[in-house]
Amino acid sequence: MTGNAASNAWSSHEGAAALAAPTSTEKRRAFDWRILLGFFLPVAIALLWEGAVTFGLAEGRLVPPPSRIVATLSALAETGELWTHAWMTLWRVLVGFLIGALSGIVLGALSGSSQTLRQLLDPTLQALRAIPSIAWVPLFILWLGIFEASKVALIAVGVFFPVYLGIAGAILSVDRKLVEVGHVFRLSRVQLARRILLPAVLPEAVIALRSGLGLGFMFVVAAEFMGASEGLGYLLVDGQQMGKPDQILAAIIAFALLGKLADSLLLAAAKPLVRWQDTVRERL
Amino acid sequence: MLSFEHLSKTYADGTRALSDINLTVHEGEIVALIGGSGCGKTTLLRLIAGLDRESAGRIRLDGEVLHGPHPAVGIVFQEPRLLPWLSVFDNIAFGLAGLSAAERQARVMHALEKIGLVEHAKRWPRDLSGGQQQRVSIARAFVTNPKVLLLDEPFSALDAFTRASLHEHLLGLWEETRPTVVLVTHDVQEAVTLADRAVVMQPKPGRIFDELPLTLARPRDRTGLPFETSVRRVLTALDHSLKAPQQQPQRERDRQAAALWW
Repeated sequence: MTGNAASNAWSSHEGAAALAAPTSTEKRRAFDWRILLGFFLPVAIALLWEGAVTFGLAEGRLVPPPSRIVATLSALAETGELWTHAWMTLWRVLVGFLIGALSGIVLGALSGSSQTLRQLLDPTLQALRAIPSIAWVPLFILWLGIFEASKVALIAVGVFFPVYLGIAGAILSVDRKLVEVGHVFRLSRVQLARRILLPAVLPEAVIALRSGLGLGFMFVVAAEFMGASEGLGYLLVDGQQMGKPDQILAAIIAFALLGKLADSLLLAAAKPLVRWQDTVRERL
Repeated sequence: MLSFEHLSKTYADGTRALSDINLTVHEGEIVALIGGSGCGKTTLLRLIAGLDRESAGRIRLDGEVLHGPHPAVGIVFQEPRLLPWLSVFDNIAFGLAGLSAAERQARVMHALEKIGLVEHAKRWPRDLSGGQQQRVSIARAFVTNPKVLLLDEPFSALDAFTRASLHEHLLGLWEETRPTVVLVTHDVQEAVTLADRAVVMQPKPGRIFDELPLTLARPRDRTGLPFETSVRRVLTALDHSLKAPQQQPQRERDRQAAALWW
């Protein structure tokens, strides 16, 4: 009887999976259509502009047509320039992000988990947060020189605050009811942190890290504006000074691709950890 | 044996949630605490579970005074409170961290069979219905083999059919190890279905109004006349408890008389 029931249960389980499979592919197909719709506007504008320049309706010197941007991009890629610049930028963001995110996580965890520490740390950090990060630039250059250290420091500051706020807020908002479950099973403080707090804050921590990474890319541009001989930001400044709008646009596109790539990597790395969530946050 | 001696709880804002509770729950007994809202039923459970501290008096389990959460005390909350990042299996195994993997596996699988959710072992709580989640929550409390199990209106959010089937699951699990059960409920039918004794409580401040033994044979027939009679008795007591103030002096005198008699 039980064997029968179990086998029934199994077959119904598989049946459910088989039923679920086509619906998920259907969903994916429907989703594809909407993505294509999103391509329509930029592609249409690009084609119109391309046509306008080709047929002599516009000059296209200050606003180069898409074909010229692509040509510039591929020329930069062929000489290898693009890769050195992109790699330099990526390296700066990465180091700045690691420093900023790590300190943000540590301080955020401290001020989120202890009332005393929060009262000690939070006012100072909130005051520092009120300073626009770019305002630090002159000071960082004086203290750390004009080379990498000052750039990485600026990026780290930019990354730090969203991560700090996100982590502290996430810990403060952990459901008391779940914490009580931990108390009932007599978890020690360390066990409570590892088995309940950490998994509970993960989804919000990922969001905090993502917005930190986004700000990292914002600040790397600012950092590279303040005198760099390499990096995508340098390509921007160089394009402005040499009057090469196609190079500027090529660098902007490279920035967009790089930022999206880094964000996707972060999301992919975090996904197995937050798969249990009952919400669809992928498109956030 | 679980006993409360002059147990009182006053919250920081001065609310007297419980006042001078004296009660003894025998080993293996199922006691239903029943009463209107705000009469301190849940507060009493939280004190036993060690989630709150009593203001006065004490709670003893087999002579040992309870301070904070105790390994022999398990609780099922009003909501399932499953950890959403753990599978059903791992949720049930949550309190078994100290055991060997084989022992843990055996206990959890047995519990899953008991609650009829074996095929859902690897699923996430979000994939289960409310009733299934509550069953998992009950299994989580049972697998540690507690001597005392506290149930805080665990079925109140469920529909009548699900509730009836959960009552059976609960009694099925209870039969195996026969823990002492303290059940908080505002559902008289539920109290009569499950309990050996109904303790009727009274609000402002929360205190015990009356105790009624429920000696029907198990399994209980919910449609039978004895069941109906018991329900009516509990309802009458509950009614009196809510119209209490004018009756209280009379009862107090009775109590004093009883004390003299002893």
